Amino acid sequence: MSRVARAHPLWLAYILHRLSGLLLALFLPFHFLVLSLALHNAARLDSFLTLAEIPVIKLSETALVFLLAVHMFGGLRLMALEWLPWSGAQKTWAASATAGAFFLSFLFLMRAI
Amino acid sequence: MLVYLNRNTGSTAPERWKAKVTQRETITVTVQRGSAATGQQAQEFQVPAYESQTVLDVVSWIQQNTDPTLTYRFACRVGMCGSCAMMVNGVPRWTCRTHVKKVLKDQRIDIAPLRNLPVLKDLAVDMDPFFDKWVAAEGRHHPTAGREEPIPAINPEAQNRQVASAGIECINCSICYAACDTVANDPDYLGPAALQRAWTLYNDAKDADRSAILDAVSGKGGCHSCHSMGSCTTYCPNGLDPLSAIAGLKRATTRRFFGGGA
Repeated sequence: MSRVARAHPLWLAYILHRLSGLLLALFLPFHFLVLSLALHNAARLDSFLTLAEIPVIKLSETALVFLLAVHMFGGLRLMALEWLPWSGAQKTWAASATAGAFFLSFLFLMRAI
Repeated sequence: MLVYLNRNTGSTAPERWKAKVTQRETITVTVQRGSAATGQQAQEFQVPAYESQTVLDVVSWIQQNTDPTLTYRFACRVGMCGSCAMMVNGVPRWTCRTHVKKVLKDQRIDIAPLRNLPVLKDLAVDMDPFFDKWVAAEGRHHPTAGREEPIPAINPEAQNRQVASAGIECINCSICYAACDTVANDPDYLGPAALQRAWTLYNDAKDADRSAILDAVSGKGGCHSCHSMGSCTTYCPNGLDPLSAIAGLKRATTRRFFGGGA
């Protein structure tokens, strides 16, 4: 059986939404763990936050902002598609959601460096 | 460079045509043979290239000239009957209206039976699951009047009629069903064609049981199983939009859930 061709914009938007959601879900426990340091061990939190100055961490944060933004915009697009009485121009909306996510994460990177 | 020749070339053709016949280029065609029961394997064929050649022409050439046991299904050849759909280079297509020129990659084409349906033999699939789900989605007419009563007038400009009309040109080719990853992963999922059929009936002023339609499409494997991947709309050869139809059913079932009525 030949491989099924899926490379069309809406399927790519679907997989991007799924993967970004999965990665954010994996990140959340770690995020809460770091936040809990503020309550239990402020000094350790401060020393941990100094890591944020390392370039590779900044890049990772940028990726995180991208995942958050693309998941949020993608989710809004899906909710609009399913609950509002219009369904046209979905490819444009999917592309706009991804472009918006790139824009936001790029803005974050520019402010971080 | 590929040289397409007129298919009328043959023994009675003038000498200049005969000369070209010997130079005729061929296409390498890989066809999936066998069935789930006997095991499937790819078989390669060399098929002469012609001008205005469709993928169905290629399959027919193999069956008529190389291997008469090749099994496939077709009827109208003009994109009306929906029986010749196959996977062409991994994309579900109506083969009678797919030109070889459009899908040829490095002089090769890969042809396989439709995805998500049991293979009977070679390129012929069992369409029963597809049509069973059509019935399960309540895709049948619920009459508002008997044959003795006058036919009620339908306003073609009415919004509901226009929504219904947008989806009624489905030819049951099962291309959307083969394209859908939700169908592939959920055996209970009714699929885009059946749900679109339900949506057209839901919007039909002559359908008397909208509640039955919403009951049928709101359960397990119904419209809410759709992940809005859009492969159905992308690959529908008739340019229909099952993705929007399913979104419409999602809205209608949700509205009813919150007391909005069918």
